[in-house]
This record gives sequence, C-alpha cells and structure tokens, in this order.
Amino acid sequence: MATATETLKPPVTEIGVIGWLRKNLFSSPFNALLTLLALWVIYSFASGIIGFVLSADWNVIVTNLRLFMVGRYPIDQVWRVQASVSILAFLVGANFGVARRTGIDAPQIGGQWRALSRSIAAAVAALFLVLALLPFQFNDRVWLVASLALMAIGFGFGHLVRSRRVVTYLWLLSLPVIGAMLYGVAGLPRVATDLWGGLLLTFTLAIVGITGSFPLGVLLAVGRQSSYPVMRAFCILYIELIRGLPLVTLIFMAQRLLPLFLPEGLNVESAVRAMVAFIIFTSAYLAETVRGGLQSIPSGQTEAGRALGLNSLQSLRLIILPQALRAVIPAIVGQFISLFKDTSLVAIVGLLDLAGIAHSAASQSAFLGRNQEVYLFIAAIYWIGASSMALASRRLERSLGVGDR
Amino acid sequence: MTTRTRVSLHSVVPFYRDLRVLRILAQIAFVLFILAVGYFFYSNLIVGLRRFGTTLTFDFLRGNAGFALAESPIEYDPSEPYLKAFLVGILNTLRVIVVGIVLASLLGLVIGVARLSTNWLVSKLAQAYVEIFRNTPLLVQLFFWYFVGVLKLPRVRESFNLPGSIFLSNRGLALPWFNLNASFGIWLQYAAGGIVIALAVYVILGRLPPTFFLRRWRGILAIVFVLANLMWNAYALNPFAPTVPAVEGFNFVGGTTLSPEYAALLFGLVIYTGAFIAEIVRAGILAVPRGVNEASRALGLSYIQTLRLVTVPLALRVIIPPLTNQYLNLSKNSSLAIAIGYADVFYVGQTILNQSGQTLQVIVMIMVTYLIISLVIAVIMNFLNARFRLVER
Repeated sequence: MATATETLKPPVTEIGVIGWLRKNLFSSPFNALLTLLALWVIYSFASGIIGFVLSADWNVIVTNLRLFMVGRYPIDQVWRVQASVSILAFLVGANFGVARRTGIDAPQIGGQWRALSRSIAAAVAALFLVLALLPFQFNDRVWLVASLALMAIGFGFGHLVRSRRVVTYLWLLSLPVIGAMLYGVAGLPRVATDLWGGLLLTFTLAIVGITGSFPLGVLLAVGRQSSYPVMRAFCILYIELIRGLPLVTLIFMAQRLLPLFLPEGLNVESAVRAMVAFIIFTSAYLAETVRGGLQSIPSGQTEAGRALGLNSLQSLRLIILPQALRAVIPAIVGQFISLFKDTSLVAIVGLLDLAGIAHSAASQSAFLGRNQEVYLFIAAIYWIGASSMALASRRLERSLGVGDR
Repeated sequence: MTTRTRVSLHSVVPFYRDLRVLRILAQIAFVLFILAVGYFFYSNLIVGLRRFGTTLTFDFLRGNAGFALAESPIEYDPSEPYLKAFLVGILNTLRVIVVGIVLASLLGLVIGVARLSTNWLVSKLAQAYVEIFRNTPLLVQLFFWYFVGVLKLPRVRESFNLPGSIFLSNRGLALPWFNLNASFGIWLQYAAGGIVIALAVYVILGRLPPTFFLRRWRGILAIVFVLANLMWNAYALNPFAPTVPAVEGFNFVGGTTLSPEYAALLFGLVIYTGAFIAEIVRAGILAVPRGVNEASRALGLSYIQTLRLVTVPLALRVIIPPLTNQYLNLSKNSSLAIAIGYADVFYVGQTILNQSGQTLQVIVMIMVTYLIISLVIAVIMNFLNARFRLVER
C-alpha cells in the first residue's frame, strides 16, 4: 500500500484567492492591462468621493428637509401626509399577508402575486429605514416606527382575513380616501395642490399618472386591435402622435394650452394640468405595452370564448385581458419606473417637485456652492426608488418565467 | 320555398340587431363623439383667443425676433425674423442629436462589451455605471453636469490643459479644429471623382469569376484607392488649415469652442443613453447562441470572419429595434436643453412664444419639428432593420 498514488493537491496558483485573481483578473496580458485600468478608474473615483465626503456640508438638506419631503404643505397639516403614508404601509403589509396565505391554495397565480407583494413590502420597509437615517425630528421618527408597526399589523390582518378581494377593495378605496384627505374635504382645511411639493408631489404625480393612464392605455390598445376601422385609425393616430413628441412639450402644452381649451373661469391647478400631461403621455406608451400582451395571446383563446357563447366584449374582459395583462406586468412596472423618473420634468414648468425643490434650494444664498450635496441627495432618492422597483420587476419576471419561454 | 325562407329570415332580423348596421352605427357615434369633444375645445379656444385679442395665423413669424441667441451654427442677429431664430433652434437641436447618437452608440458598445468581459473588475464597473445612470432622472443628471460639473470648472486663464491642446474651462471645451482654405472646393470635387471611380472599379471587378484574386480583394482595393486619393489631394491642394486653441486674455483664440451648455447637454445625453444602449448591446450579444459561433469556427472561418459574418449580423437583428427606440428617446430628451439654457428648438420656441403671445402656433411648430425628427430617425432605422432582417423563404 505504500505505493498508493498520492493525491496531489491542486497547485496554489489555481485555487483560493490567488486562483480567483488569476482566473478573473489576470487571465491574459490584455486582461491584466484592463484590470490595472479599472483599478485606476476606481482609484480616481474613490479619491474624488472621499474628498467630497470630507468637505461635504449637509446643512442645506437638514434645513430644507421638510421642503424636500412635502414642499410648502402647511406645517400644522403635515399629519395628513403622515397618516396617508401609514395607511399605505398598512395596506402593503395586508397585501403581503394575504399573498402568503393564498399562495398555498393556488400555487400558479399565488406564486407571482406573492413575489410581487413581497418585493413591494421589502421596498417600502427599506424606504422607511432609509428615511429613518435622515435627520428627522423626534416625533417624525416615532411616526416612522408607528408606520412600520402598522405594516406588521397589516400583515397579521392579511393573514387572518385571507381574502384577496377584501384587500383589493381596500386598495381601491384607499386612493380616493387619501386623495380627499390630502386635498381636504369634510371639515379639513383645503390644501391646494399648488402647495404640494417635494417627494409628496413626485409620488402623487407618478401614482396618478399610472392609475389614470391604465384604463386609457388598455382602451387604446384594444382599440388599436379592433376590427372597427374608425376606432383603429383614431387609436393609431393618437398613439403614434404622442410617442413622437417629447414629454416636456406635452407638459408645457398642458400648462399653456389647457386653460385656452377650457371654458372661461374654469381654473385648473398647475399640478393637475401636469397630471393631465402625464396621463396623455403614459397612456400612449402603456397602450403599446398592453398591445404586446394582447398579441401574445393565441387567437384560439378568443375562438374558444366565442364557442362558449361569450360575446366579443365578454371574451375580451374575461379571457383575453386577464392573460394579456398578466403577461405584461413587468413591462408595466418598467413603465412606472420611467414615469417616476419623468415626474422630475415638471420642475421645468416651475412646479416644486423633488427636482424643483432641489433646484431652488441649490440657489439659496445661504448655501451658495452647495449644489452638489443637493443634487446628489435627490439623485439618491430617485435611485433608491427606481432601482428597488427594477429589482422587484426582475424578480417578478423570473417568477412569471418570462425569460424561460 | 328556399328563396322565401331566406327572404323572410332576412326580414325577421330588425336593423337594430343587424351586426353590420350596428358596426357602422357604432363608428358614426364614435366620430360624432370625437367631433363633439373637438368642437367643445375649439369653441372655447375661439372665445379665449378673442379675449386675448390674438389670431390663428403664422404672420407673426416675419416680425423681428429681438432676442440674441448664445450660440448659432449660422449667422444670426436679433434684428432678424422669428422664423430665422426658430431655424437656428432646429439646427442647434440637430447638432446635439447627431453627435449624441454617434457618441452614445460608441459608449454603449464599449460598456455593453465590457459588461460581458471575463474580467470581473471590468464587468462590475460597467454594471455599476449602467445601474447608476439608468435609475436616476436625466434632468437631475443634467443639473448635476451643468451646475456642479461645467460651471465649477476653472476660469479660462486657469483652464485644465488636456493632452492634444484640449482646454477645459467654465467657458466650455476648446478643441483643435480646422478652417477651410480656398482650395476646399476643388478638393471636394477630386474626392467625389475618386469615389465614383472606386465604385466603378468595385462593380466591374465584381463581374469577374468568384475564384479570381482581384474579385475577392475588390472591397479593400476600392477603399484603399478612395483613401489614397483623399490623402494625396489633401497633401497637394492643402484644403484644411488646422487651428489650435490658445488662451488669450479672457477667452480662447483659434480652434473651436463648445459652449458649456452644449457640452453639458451632450455629455448628459450620451452618458444617460449610453447606459441604456449598453444593456441592449449586451442582450444582443447574449442572444447569439454560443453554438452558432462554435459552428462557424468549426467551418473554418477565422475569429474576425466569425465576428463579421455570423455574430454581428445575428446580434444586430436583436439590437436594432430597441436601439431605434433609444435614438428616438435621445432626440426627444434633447428638449431638456431648456433646463440648462441651451438654445435648442424648444428653448427658442418658448422664447418666441413668450414674446409674441402666439401660444398655439408656436407649440404646433415645436411639435411638428419633433415629429419630423422622430419620423426621419424611424425611417432610417427601419431601412437598416430591413437590411439585417432574417431572410425567410
């Protein structure tokens, strides 16, 4: 047995840290050169960033934090914004709770829905944690903790009721309730949207834009596929016209032309005019997305619907649209991401959303030359929002198996 | 009997349940609805216009513009009509779009390839770039590049001097450029003649039998001939006079200077769109199955031939449609110039609008301009797409 072949260990250059380095960074002279180049790039950026961090003065953010969050929303009414956020936190928790339970009964649909609600819940929780890092006052931090707690309560609630329908109705109910509470009805003092600003306005524009454009987009997509030539021509014209125009021109047009096109004396607030522009714009793009979904459904589905005795509207509503929309959920999330980024364009027409507030804060004389802090701060907020949604959509895509088909 | 049954069946269905009639009625109703909505807006508009005392004609375009523009590729001064100012805006927009599309494509190509590099560091760096710039609004990036980047550069006298006589200052980017001599026209004619001859040679050699040596090299031969002709005549006629920028007083002399606004806008658009194009390039390359490349190598094609004849055409088929969208996005996003005060068509249009008060007409002009630009890009890209499309039998 003494002659048994000795098992040689792999050479030290092929395993461990050295092996990894050789394989991934220095596999050839050219790669080694690239690595050195990359290291130089990283070094120059890192030294720049360290230099910036050492010299940065975040006072401009701290002083204007309320402006960045809610704009000129009256300070004694800010609780309404906070309450709205708490309601949404509760619903997000409830959604996740229900999704976890229903997933067991209907693994096919439940799986997708669970993945989406989990990603949303995780993103919202992460948002609260990030907000907690900001220099808020003590009672605002209490509110953040309370919202997190409400999210947990909502999760428990969802677990108990186990009904997707209840949660869906709560969602549908919550949007008008929140809108009414923020704007002010039934004894609450009215806060016109001209006073809304910062992150509040950014989110309002994005959410109103996507929910408002969704029905319109679906209608346009169906119209573009319809067998009625007049409707089809109109939808194609609308979609292609809007898609050929820059969003800024539409926002600008809504600001300047909408008052001309409406009867005298009917005054529409500036933020509402911007919402109209976003709905007009997004619905055209959404229509194309939904059309992709409609085209992916084989015509046998419609024929089967007709064979079952459904008329064309019924088979569209009960058979085609549910499948088509489910197939394009990731694309709709992508649409929402770009809408979220595009809301910044209202700064150009003078609305004080996150970008607008940043622009005016950067020109405050007290903080002259501190505009890099301001722009980096809001860029970070947009980045966190957009990339967490992108992450959620990627997960969803995987659970839908879009890439596998 | 049968005839009677058919007739009676036909008369049994009343017109309000006849699908053919209903379809037409539905369409008429739709048209009436659209007309009613249109008439509502139109009548309000007429009332509104009367209130402001303006009309719906384009006569105002002949009036004096009266405002100066910071930069213009053609001669322009404030005493010229609005129409001329608008034209300057269009040219400035095109200047950004064309250069931007070229640079963004190059950047996207490099980053997209880097993203697939086997070098871990390089691919992670490319990924970080894509993730950062795709997920922040372009407007915020433009604010950053302009107010933090360009305007904080040193003044002209202390400007950064990059290798190759490039100067970076808060007055913009000064580059070496060239002026045209009187002989430029003759040179252009010779160049055109050379290209015609080369094309003729290419076509004639193409008729030779396929195995013939000259036929296989005809492409390279033609290109070499064109280049040699261009360079020899450039040497003989001296059509270009290179100038190099230099700091003199408070400004640059010689060369060409890109304004800070142009530089920031171009940079922002290229960096932003490049991130999207990088992802498209990456997806396109990944879409080519590895086996196809291996099969091509197994057939005896060299690495370069595989790339040129197999990988790139297959990848382009996947790349071109989304790339078209990015080019369209870039051209539309160039309207954000207004945020940093670059005199593009939207900026000039808004100035005209504010001065003349002719809201509707100016907005229509701006929109038509962008629609035409979008259309031209779409047509060119569709042509390319048709060239690379899968030829099905």
